[in-house]
Amino acid sequence: MAAAVEVEDLYFYYTMGEYVLRGVTFTVELGESVAIMGSNGAGKTTLVKHLNGLLKPVRGVVRVLGMDTREHSVAELARHVGVVFQNPDHQLFAETVEEEVRFALENFGFPEDEIEERVEWALAEFGLERYRKASPFSLSEGEKKRLAIASVVVYEPDVLVLDEPTVGQDAIQRERIAEMLRGFMKRGRTVIVVSHDVEFVAELFDRVIVMSRGRVVADGSARSVLTDLAVLSEARLELPQVAECARRLGDLGVPRDLVRLEELEEHLLRVVGV
Amino acid sequence: MSLMRERLATIDSVSFWYAGSERPALRNVTLRVHRGDFILITGPSGCGKSTLCRLLNGLIPHFFRGRLEGEVVVMGYDVRETPTHVLARHVGMVFQNPENQLFLSSVEKEIVFGLENLGLPRGEIRRRLEEVIELFDLSEIRDRPPYELSGGQQQRVAIAAVVAMGPEILVLDEPTAHLDPASSKEVIDLVLKLNRELGTTVILVEHRLELVAPHASRVVVMSGGAIAIEGPPREVLPSPAAKGAGVNLPKVVRLYSSLRSRGLALPLVPLTPEELADAVRLARVGVARGSRS
Repeated sequence: MAAAVEVEDLYFYYTMGEYVLRGVTFTVELGESVAIMGSNGAGKTTLVKHLNGLLKPVRGVVRVLGMDTREHSVAELARHVGVVFQNPDHQLFAETVEEEVRFALENFGFPEDEIEERVEWALAEFGLERYRKASPFSLSEGEKKRLAIASVVVYEPDVLVLDEPTVGQDAIQRERIAEMLRGFMKRGRTVIVVSHDVEFVAELFDRVIVMSRGRVVADGSARSVLTDLAVLSEARLELPQVAECARRLGDLGVPRDLVRLEELEEHLLRVVGV
Repeated sequence: MSLMRERLATIDSVSFWYAGSERPALRNVTLRVHRGDFILITGPSGCGKSTLCRLLNGLIPHFFRGRLEGEVVVMGYDVRETPTHVLARHVGMVFQNPENQLFLSSVEKEIVFGLENLGLPRGEIRRRLEEVIELFDLSEIRDRPPYELSGGQQQRVAIAAVVAMGPEILVLDEPTAHLDPASSKEVIDLVLKLNRELGTTVILVEHRLELVAPHASRVVVMSGGAIAIEGPPREVLPSPAAKGAGVNLPKVVRLYSSLRSRGLALPLVPLTPEELADAVRLARVGVARGSRS
């Protein structure tokens, strides 16, 4: 069985010689979930554009479910890899919210009754029902983002890729997106999220890849990568609050590699002796 | 002490309906802003945060039309009767996306533009330009076009251009929404410096409370166009009202609340990991004393 995504020694530039990606290598297995982190300019979005074939490697190989992206069209790849880009304005185009959500389903030839069912589910799931006849461009930034996510999630691609899903989202929407991703992961789908939101990633992902200046500088468990000060500083990322608390209480026997709130909570109760 | 502080803005029982909308964007909102305040406004999307900001510089009702009830007085001016260019001298606005605010061919021109619009003499323009270039550490990029800069640098330029105009009140509507964590922190630190060192009154809209709450003198949580709760951060953040409004509480505040529900009351509401660690140490001492007596 092919891996969900294989990236092998990927090099890419927009202007000849000015490499944006420099030898990126990693594999994501089917059913695995990964967060790719790094500051603005690290090459994350350029990498994402390789995953559905929008960009082709200058050197190296990108395979999605075993398909070499150089040998398959974006349309072919899109059926299997759904990408939600950071800026919804670059993705949305339909006259109404409902048509936006229907588009991919019609395009991929889903039967009409299933289309209707899926559209209703997605509109409800993302709190967009009352806007179904509205133009996507009349929505607020946060709503546009949800619509962009809905219009991809609705056809349940094998691999779901989201670029900065939490940007501009409030706590309620953030939790909604987290829930949706948890559901996707539970159903054995592959989720790849690009984000610099350490708190969001710490809550949701077990594996984290960190990029800096076009290279992978760390790839490992969230608890090892997100508590590695050298890696975080290289990538201009912050220590998650939970990890920072744990670090400051190391002398009391609190382990330094905690990133989840529930874990820290147990240790604090023990330390205080309640 | 608070009685002595000069009041800069009064929003009194204000409701506002955007033209064509039957639902009020603001419902009976009352807020006082005093000199030196650092007010953090938060709440879910569509709760009225941006509408509240637009009141302060007269964008409402002069640019965004609609029905305005109640009273809005800023720097002694009734906003209904004051043109926006007069209010602009006193209230500076910074928005989410700096790209929408910057449009000239160099950082320097960007800063000078606002000053020329104020009709200041050349010498004064030059003086203020050099002052903010220094203050905002822009000397290396002063001749660069803003569109070539990083998002963090752009936002720094946008704030510099506004601050150069010498406003008493600086209103920032989610200024870090498009920035990475390190740049976000730089922007917030800069705003904090303006507040602490120049005494600029700050009103900041932000979702990421862990970034701003430790510095805020007051937190205003909005929900459905109304103020759900308002007060010092340590009172507001652990409150049921803040939780009910769907605010993205810092992890340390969430820890405080869940520890409390499990029988461990920390001696203070932490706003930072450092404070949480201190509170845990204090609680240990307290528990040890309690068991000895």
